[in-house]
Amino acid sequence: MITVRCFAAVREILGCDTRELVALSTPQRASDVLERLAGGRVAELPKPLLVAINCEHASLASAVRDGDEVAFFPPVSGG
Amino acid sequence: MIIRLQTEDFDPEREAQALDVKGAGARVSFVGMVRDAALDRTITALEIEHYPQMTQAELTRIATDARNRHHLQEVLIIHRYGRLESHERIVLVTVWSAHRAEAFAGCQEIIDALKTRAPFWKKEISPAGTSWVPGQTPDGLG
Repeated sequence: MITVRCFAAVREILGCDTRELVALSTPQRASDVLERLAGGRVAELPKPLLVAINCEHASLASAVRDGDEVAFFPPVSGG
Repeated sequence: MIIRLQTEDFDPEREAQALDVKGAGARVSFVGMVRDAALDRTITALEIEHYPQMTQAELTRIATDARNRHHLQEVLIIHRYGRLESHERIVLVTVWSAHRAEAFAGCQEIIDALKTRAPFWKKEISPAGTSWVPGQTPDGLG
């Protein structure tokens, strides 16, 4: 399984904060996971869209493996 | 290193005093607060969301890098989340080192990295409604 988490505007637009997806052929890219999660709504998401895999910054081109946690979120605004 | 994520307020001086750092010759603190205005908008409050597991991990990486690069003896980071009214404290970064140059540089590096890398998001609450604060992207990503 792949655990997918969404935060801030991404969570609001997609209407979900956590989802479990069955891992397809792995490795797949984070962009493939996003496509499965958001489908035709990818264009509505904030740009640039940030990606984290297992709590480390990554990119849409990064490889995702079975058991990974993938997160999608907008640029960050802490501090 | 101490990294805390919490909803409640903190007392910057009391937090720093509570850490007895032997041999330090300098202590520098940065305190970030909720502004009451941005551009021409009045800000009533902020709602701060974060990604708990990653926030802890990312702040640990940021603090470790700065500690090693600037020979810091101790690092304390406290960041609040949830609803914060204007003028409330949001974040504390305090560092200790032998000399002031390392302490200033280390503190600045940590808060700068926090603002571009740590997974926090602010929503501004104003009389006109709510809106997400435009964010920043880590170098080399996005």
